[in-house]
Amino acid sequence: MAEISGNFLYAAFILYLIATFLFGGSIKDKRGAEEKKQNKWAKFAISVTILGFAAQIGYFITRWIAAGHAPVSNLFEFTTFFGMMLVGAFILIYFLYITPALGLFALPIALLIIAYASMFPREISPLIPALQSDWLHIHVTTAAAGQSILAISFVAAIIYLVKSVEQTQASKRTFWLEVIMFTLVCTIGFVIITSSFAAMDYKANFDWVDKKGVADKQEFNLPALVGPHEGKLIEPDRFEPLVSMPALINAKKLNTVIWSTGAGLVLYGLIRLITRRRVAALIKPIVKNVNLSLLDEISYRSVLIGFPIFTLGALVFAMIWAQVAWTRFWGWDPKEVWALITWLFYAAFLHLRMSKGWQGEKSAWLAVIGFAIMIFNLIFVNLVIAGLHSYA
Amino acid sequence: MKEVKCDCGHVNPFGTKICGKCGMDLGSEQENKLIDMRYEGSARRSQTYRKTVIDKIWNFFSSVKVGVTLIVIALVASAIGTILPQEMYIPSTVTPAEHYESEYGWFGKVYYELGFHNLYSSWWYLLIIGMLGISLLVASIDRFFPLYRSLKKQGVIRHDGFMKRQRIYGVTKLDEQDIDLDKVKTELKRQRYHIREEKGHILAEKNRFSRWGPYVNHIGLIIFLIGALLRSVPGMYIDKVVWLREGERKEIPGTNGEYYLKNNEFTLEVYDKGNKEDQQYTAAIDKTGTIAKTYQSDVTLYERKGEAIPGEKVGLEKVKDYKIKVNEPLKHDHYALYQVDYKLDELSTMSFNLINKKTNEKFGGVKIDLNDPKKNYQLNKGYSVDLISYFPDFEFDEKGEPRTISKIPNNPAFIFKMHTPDKPEGEVSFVAIKETAEPLGENTYKMAFNGVETQDVTALTVRKDLTLWILFTGGIIFMVGVVQGSYWNHRRIWIKRKQDEIVMAGHTNKNWHGIKRDIKKAIESTSLSEPKDQLEEEKSSTKGEALNG
Repeated sequence: MAEISGNFLYAAFILYLIATFLFGGSIKDKRGAEEKKQNKWAKFAISVTILGFAAQIGYFITRWIAAGHAPVSNLFEFTTFFGMMLVGAFILIYFLYITPALGLFALPIALLIIAYASMFPREISPLIPALQSDWLHIHVTTAAAGQSILAISFVAAIIYLVKSVEQTQASKRTFWLEVIMFTLVCTIGFVIITSSFAAMDYKANFDWVDKKGVADKQEFNLPALVGPHEGKLIEPDRFEPLVSMPALINAKKLNTVIWSTGAGLVLYGLIRLITRRRVAALIKPIVKNVNLSLLDEISYRSVLIGFPIFTLGALVFAMIWAQVAWTRFWGWDPKEVWALITWLFYAAFLHLRMSKGWQGEKSAWLAVIGFAIMIFNLIFVNLVIAGLHSYA
Repeated sequence: MKEVKCDCGHVNPFGTKICGKCGMDLGSEQENKLIDMRYEGSARRSQTYRKTVIDKIWNFFSSVKVGVTLIVIALVASAIGTILPQEMYIPSTVTPAEHYESEYGWFGKVYYELGFHNLYSSWWYLLIIGMLGISLLVASIDRFFPLYRSLKKQGVIRHDGFMKRQRIYGVTKLDEQDIDLDKVKTELKRQRYHIREEKGHILAEKNRFSRWGPYVNHIGLIIFLIGALLRSVPGMYIDKVVWLREGERKEIPGTNGEYYLKNNEFTLEVYDKGNKEDQQYTAAIDKTGTIAKTYQSDVTLYERKGEAIPGEKVGLEKVKDYKIKVNEPLKHDHYALYQVDYKLDELSTMSFNLINKKTNEKFGGVKIDLNDPKKNYQLNKGYSVDLISYFPDFEFDEKGEPRTISKIPNNPAFIFKMHTPDKPEGEVSFVAIKETAEPLGENTYKMAFNGVETQDVTALTVRKDLTLWILFTGGIIFMVGVVQGSYWNHRRIWIKRKQDEIVMAGHTNKNWHGIKRDIKKAIESTSLSEPKDQLEEEKSSTKGEALNG
């Protein structure tokens, strides 16, 4: 069953990839540029997307059966689910506004998220006692649904910015837009590097000393550019670290960050060298036909739809469950606090939209920041700050 | 202050910007292309009175700018609190001051000195949240009542200037043809618009209730904050921990002796590859090692019968048996008992034999209950042992004297006095694990170790929280309000019939795409020309200028 489940996920991935190209075709075709009129390409693209979504639901259900619990209990499962919900949210918004351009950006981001997810351990893990509750399914799925609809607002915002930011001369706006592009490229870099070394089955083991002075072992799956505190390489033929980190810093995670950024820099540098243009300038022609005010509306509407769902899942259901499992509905655990921060941020976003001058581009930048906060909560809070939620 | 009488005869409160009935511009000097429709241009206290101190405080808290600033401050402050673990998550064995410095160096020290280790209960954090609460309340009152009045009194026939300056606006010249507005009306009705008509002019309106969404959700938040505040009222909130050994019965702390709990058994279960139902987890178990499956305490709850009289034994009546697991607390009479911690294999008894050191001959054994030791143990005839001193968690202090660190029998030690027929005065022996001493000279007899028994201990949190239902009510009201305001939009379409033209205007508080679709559908079967979005017109015209220039 677990194998079937993996195949479903693989199929979904391929279908999303195909759909991305189809959406690309649909906006090249001039008939697709006008609102409300889908051309054949767009119809085909959305059908493939739905098929992919169905395949991913197939993955979800079969893995649920195999595991005996909803597959949302570790980083791989949750992040994959987030990717799936992102596609679901895109389908919903697509049928509200019929905008193929949205698919051209939403699907690659969903692809990146799913690829990123599969870099984490994929074994089916059992539930620790705190997770054995129906609230696991209710809380996690609702929170992820809310987040993914909020993420659509980011997708629309990116398209908005790519179109509206003037590329003829360098400015703060082009710089920050490039920062976003660079981050996306780094994610690709992370996926490429991690999966290549995983394919080579690279392993380097270290004896090292942690901050309490206790000797321990650590396995690196990427060549260690930075090694652990007082680290000694066990296999002699492996890459010797250039520097040793102090015990306070997790050398393995830092090493992964360095590799991803490095790979991102190389990729990004190559793109810039070959094309001699900014990445945003490169993709700008793709979005020349989109309607800015419609994108602004989609971005705002996604926040309007996503915010109540997010509140329900990430705060209300979360509090009810926390009261049952952890004896208190709120405990200032980092993940809880960052859910609150996300909520406060989007509350600020909604209030700012009411005042003049915060529509359009400013609002698009805000949507980008909101997404950054959610990703920070997903990745950084889980991997680095690690409180009670560190299993997920 | 004077009221403002509009040309249409409607009397508006002082400070009104747009006549509540006909929509004529009453205030603004500058002729903007589009009218500012926020709060219907009604007279808000904060925009009208700005003189006294009270006015200024009111205006401060009613401002959205101030509200957003407070939200952002709360957001940044909350984020700072997650950089390092809060005090409640650090080990309690060292003082926070030492912990933060030794773990995180100078940064930890600064973090601690600034009080960020306890950020969420600091006075300034609570002050920000309190100010946010006030802002929620004031801003809602400032806007809700004028808006409500204005929408209630709105007229059907609107001033030409009002129509023209709506974002969605269109004129259809009649040119001798006549257009049947009934079709439009029917279609709008079908789309659930409420139609009001006056002298052939039409106001179609739907989902006005969505305008109240923000105020409803603010009320929910205020109730939630009040609930959180009430927690500090004595009696509303109890948070205690009780440690119970297997077989032990104790008064449940925080219940004033009303309830007692007995721990019958504690079970820790782990996932087992050998077990058929856990087989799918083999890979994960191999990787991480032991993974806990269940923490469970089988308990019996007792209630005290009658009054507790000091010195007398309390009468207890069994209430129920229950298996407390994580996620399945025992709930009874506002109290809830949660599985939170455990300790396996705590020493419970220790056995010794009294023997002659030379001959190894036994003269009987003792079994000491480590949690309730006796003073004296009778052995074979003529032999007995006094337990002079007992140290459940023994160590030597600086002076080399034995002492106990805690009452938990982690490392028990005893001082025995052994009475035997040949030594009736008794011999003193100090016995600890792997250690014996004879402080008062060489002995003939000794207490030889003869095994231990262990038991598991469970830790349960006792919780009573009478504020929960208030918080829950607040949460539900918030959700209702936020859904009401987000998933519906207040849409209005005005149709004004003039001699040779029909003027249409539309307004919605959110989702312009939606109202345009409604209008398009409504006029589909007529020859009315579709109203334009003047905001987009404006944009494309400026773009055109840029291209031309």
